[in-house]
Amino acid sequence: MIVPLGHVFLLAGLVFAMGLVCLVARRNLIMTLIGVEVMMNAAAIAFVAAALRWQLMEGQVFVLFILAVSAAEISLGLALVVSVYRRTGSIDPDRYDILKW
Amino acid sequence: MSLYAVIFYVLGLVILTATGLAVTRRQPVHAVLYLIVAFSGTAALFFMLGAPLLAVFMVIIYAGAIMVLVLFVIMLFQRSPHEIGLLPQWGPATLLGAVFLAVAVITVFKDPGSSVVLQGAVAQPRDFGRFLFDRYWLAVEIVSILFLVALVAIIHLGKRRDTEEIEKCPSSHPSPPRGERKGEGVIYHKEEHP
Repeated sequence: MIVPLGHVFLLAGLVFAMGLVCLVARRNLIMTLIGVEVMMNAAAIAFVAAALRWQLMEGQVFVLFILAVSAAEISLGLALVVSVYRRTGSIDPDRYDILKW
Repeated sequence: MSLYAVIFYVLGLVILTATGLAVTRRQPVHAVLYLIVAFSGTAALFFMLGAPLLAVFMVIIYAGAIMVLVLFVIMLFQRSPHEIGLLPQWGPATLLGAVFLAVAVITVFKDPGSSVVLQGAVAQPRDFGRFLFDRYWLAVEIVSILFLVALVAIIHLGKRRDTEEIEKCPSSHPSPPRGERKGEGVIYHKEEHP
């Protein structure tokens, strides 16, 4: 007897929306990556709640894979940010104009 | 309202507040610190929803490893990148987020299954591990291959190339040979040439 399923989904949706806004609106590449992390966190909350609702362990297994993929994604993304900062001296994506002529 | 419900709403409030503060900070370091709070709250939520192993993983991997990694990368930048403002399109972006949220809320609460009250149950770590390696061992192997690919890509990206230095400052002295520069941790190293 915890809470209705909808309330957990509402929490996950709110967190996901915040991550979405952070991903789209921020101009700092590190903040963009943090937005992706927040969205993955929200997805994990929804999966765990669904696993409890239907008493299936597949949801929890999927959360484990979300954790793994997000760890790989954030490390690779940060390596890309560092590499692009080295080339251009900025982490503002609006200032990447090497390919323009 | 049971004790579990009270704990859930308190945790939800903590997660929402910390995430909201994190995505609005101008300094990435502050954002990361707030995010650690949010992820710890999520771990407690997982524990309450019957996933103790995932709660532990959440603390170790998300709040521990990933956030420390982000912190170190922020420290690698010489100039603190906090002066970058929002995109000029932040208004439409926020509007899109709000519309998405409204649609999601309507969809969730339209469904009669959303009012089903969750029953407490716990997936013991032992059962979880058995289940994982019994039925999803192939996916675990694929994830390990993914990590290997990511590792190779990161090493390739992180390697310092001498051509970049020449590209960057064409007028200056050519950079010293590779062997001497090994182990340099500074990204944007300005060298003094005598």
